[in-house]
Amino acid sequence: MPGAEVEATESSVAEATASTIVESGALDDAATQMLARLEAELGDAIVEHGATYGDVVVRVRPDAWRRTATFCKEELGCDYLSFVSAIDWMPTPAIVDEGSGDTSTPAQPKETTYGVAGSGGRFQVFAIVASTRGAHQRVVLKTDLDDAQPHIESWVPVYPGADWHERETWEMFGIVFDGHPALRHLYLPFEFEGHPLRKDYPLLAREVKPWPGLVDVEPMPGEDSDDTDAAAVEAS
Amino acid sequence: MIGLQIGWGTTLAIKTLIVLGFVPLSALILGYTFLLKMMSHMQSRLGPMDPGGFHGWYQLIGDGLKFMQKEDIMPAEADRRVFALAPAVVVLSTFLVFVVIPAGPRLVVEPLDVGVFYALAVSSLSVIGVLMAGWASSNKFALMGALRAAAQLIAYELPLVLAVVGVVMQAGTMSLQGIVFHQQSGSLFGWSGIGQPFILTQFVGFALFMVAAQAELTQPPFDMPVAESELVAGYMVEYTGFRFLFFFIGEFGTAFAFSALAATLFLGGWSVPWVHGVAADWLGPLVLFAKVMFVAFLMFWARFTYPRLREDQLQALAWKWLIPIALVNILATGVLKVAFR
Amino acid sequence: MTTGTELPPPNLPGGVGQLPEVHLDPQMLRQLAEAQVNVELDTGDMILNLGPQHPATHGTLRLVVRLDGERVIAADPVIGYMHRGYEKLTEYRTYPQITTLINRIDWLSSFANEVPFIAGAEMLMGIEAPPRAQYIRTILTELSRIATFLLFLGEMGLQVGAITPAFYGFRDREYVLNLIEAVTGGRFHPNFNRIGGLKDDLPWGWNSDTRTTMRKVLESCDEFENLVVGNPIFEQRTRSIGIIPADLGAAYGVSGSNIRASGVDWDLRRDGNPHLPYNEIEWKVWTHPDGDSFARYWVRLQETRESARMVLQLIDQMPSGPIMSKVPRIIKVPEGEVWVNTENPLGEMGYYIVSKGATGPFRVKIRSASFSNVSILPWMLRGVYVPDIITILASLYFILGDIDR
Repeated sequence: MPGAEVEATESSVAEATASTIVESGALDDAATQMLARLEAELGDAIVEHGATYGDVVVRVRPDAWRRTATFCKEELGCDYLSFVSAIDWMPTPAIVDEGSGDTSTPAQPKETTYGVAGSGGRFQVFAIVASTRGAHQRVVLKTDLDDAQPHIESWVPVYPGADWHERETWEMFGIVFDGHPALRHLYLPFEFEGHPLRKDYPLLAREVKPWPGLVDVEPMPGEDSDDTDAAAVEAS
Repeated sequence: MIGLQIGWGTTLAIKTLIVLGFVPLSALILGYTFLLKMMSHMQSRLGPMDPGGFHGWYQLIGDGLKFMQKEDIMPAEADRRVFALAPAVVVLSTFLVFVVIPAGPRLVVEPLDVGVFYALAVSSLSVIGVLMAGWASSNKFALMGALRAAAQLIAYELPLVLAVVGVVMQAGTMSLQGIVFHQQSGSLFGWSGIGQPFILTQFVGFALFMVAAQAELTQPPFDMPVAESELVAGYMVEYTGFRFLFFFIGEFGTAFAFSALAATLFLGGWSVPWVHGVAADWLGPLVLFAKVMFVAFLMFWARFTYPRLREDQLQALAWKWLIPIALVNILATGVLKVAFR
Repeated sequence: MTTGTELPPPNLPGGVGQLPEVHLDPQMLRQLAEAQVNVELDTGDMILNLGPQHPATHGTLRLVVRLDGERVIAADPVIGYMHRGYEKLTEYRTYPQITTLINRIDWLSSFANEVPFIAGAEMLMGIEAPPRAQYIRTILTELSRIATFLLFLGEMGLQVGAITPAFYGFRDREYVLNLIEAVTGGRFHPNFNRIGGLKDDLPWGWNSDTRTTMRKVLESCDEFENLVVGNPIFEQRTRSIGIIPADLGAAYGVSGSNIRASGVDWDLRRDGNPHLPYNEIEWKVWTHPDGDSFARYWVRLQETRESARMVLQLIDQMPSGPIMSKVPRIIKVPEGEVWVNTENPLGEMGYYIVSKGATGPFRVKIRSASFSNVSILPWMLRGVYVPDIITILASLYFILGDIDR
């Protein structure tokens, strides 16, 4: 449900282009059909489903993760793997104080809310597969993980490209993929400790030093330092 | 040699100095004209323009001086003596080829009767130097380059030699001076206006010689040993400073030598048919230089245009195509020589 | 912090001599070509390290290959030398700040990286850019595509050994970069998109300059066709080298010109969500059935020509009007999730934006094309010669910033 209702300004020429605004919950025929087939095959393995701007979002139970992939690849014709990654739903910790006027970092809400098709906990693995043929439909698949020891089946026997995606997800989130041939570091050095994309892993650069644009702004020659407030607001 | 009474020792010293002086000079001229200027113009840029004022003619001299004052770096694991000796071996073969190339009827350092045989034999000494360089560098890339070079240089020796056999058969002598005289005094269908340059009858041999010479110099399309985008200078990769200068002089000096050989064997060398005697002594070097520039132009033109052949494709070209064609050429030459006695 | 699972030691796990085998199901296995290695002499294997500094690896990609003579037995790409942690950074930045960052993912076609992100933010806000802004966005995306591909056409010749086409590629690319600079002020990192439209309008006289330049681009494509594609040695070096079967490529996530060169008729400009007015001009999707390196070169050559023709049409049809919608000064994007992907020059690039109503996103998953394109290398490099590694790397055309993010 889009919140801010803003309209495009009046244009002096008639609409040359078709509107690209998509309703957030709308699904066209091909997507609706695909959702129906998924529900028929997976039945109660689907915990929740939703739609986001024309894409079907399906959240499945963790034990049906690989079965879903096989079904999408074999039956739905989704032969193309876009990516496999994860979301950590813990709220982003604030690294600037609320009233300090430092707008360099956005203030994220403190409550835990989940996105489209909900979530069962803190960690969620999601993937997008698409079809290179026919109606080129695609589907967003999500699944929930155990918070303490997050692990899920690996997709490598189905989509070999998941190899690198799962390695990256493991090193960034600490999610273990069962059945992956060799879960080792991809981006980070092999002695790296910690999982950076978890929300409790701090972004060190801003802790060590505040945003230089706020503190180090010197007044222009001839101005006095009253104008630094304008500089801070300019940051957004 | 020139009518003065000079002792044997002095003659030797003068000849040595001539060769030692001329080889780097030839490398310099070829490098500047073709590598710096012709390549740049082909790639729609200008090349060096500042050093020396006029189109940067001083650039390579400056480069040479720069190389000479660089630090001598040797890899820690390298075989020190072999590493130091390898460039010398490569350059040695270049010097030795220049000994037999005639620049005039009496202007040749050593007029050997087996000039052609000697030149081709001595030019293949550089393979040893390349292998030494690649092995002693204790670097896997250098080793790969050296092994590729060994295979390639040995494979392309054969087309080189066989291409020249046709010329030798037609001239009846292996002496380079003799071949030049034969072309100068020959005639085409009775007309002796331009003599009988062997390129007209041995055009197949000329083409084979050019291709094989390109491969012997490890220039594109045959530069697998020095593949810039893979092995980054191949067997030369660990060499810097003065030693690298040796390799550079070796490469371009040998290019000059092969061009001079091609000009002598196929284009008539220093001779123009209507100039004889003392005048030829003065005109000969200039004529030879012009012909060498032309042949070098062809070689470098191919160098900057073609991508490189893969190692197995390169070997297939030599063994399956060039050698059979060369053999057929020899056969045809023999038959025609007997028929048109 | 351990995960409690026994993992093999990293970076050549199991030590020298054992590289991980991907266990594929039988249906995959029958498509794999078995590497035939002639073992007549009992020679030892050699481990060669291509990179991270190497002229052929387009930046800091490191390929650890095990060789038997000149044949590759196994290859393992090691990436991450340029990892800048973009996905972590996006959690602490506002949308305009992120626009500056994501310019630098694929730095050769920077404008094309911004478009899907901005389009996603606009979708979440429920606004759309005015028609003129959309046309200019399309033109600049296509110009970025032409600039990237001209570089590719030149440097693939360079990797194969011909020095000269690289200079022609760079020279022709300068004309296009001048155009981009005239509009955006930046050759490489324009940072020109804003949520709701663009920063500025086109300068005076830009249309006619672009028409001239597009004609030059078409001429130089003909030059490349003569010089490179028509060269028999180039054909010998690239035909049947590095064949990607279509279904295996799709399962690995290979996208863009690479998969179109394997015969898959899929182009997100035509088949994806319509953010930009591609369906209002006449253009064609180019495919090639072979799937080898030559096909990839040929497809990109044709796409360069096609992009030049598209730009000419777009200039003729461009509407007039404003270039920016009305947006509040401090932009708060409402809560929601959106997946936006577009056809970048390198392949499919997409952003999965999770927003919670703040001035910056909650999580952005950046799907970059080269990451998946390069992941097929361990499979593809088995049994090829060392020079063919270079050809394959050049033909896949990845950018390190795109792989490493």
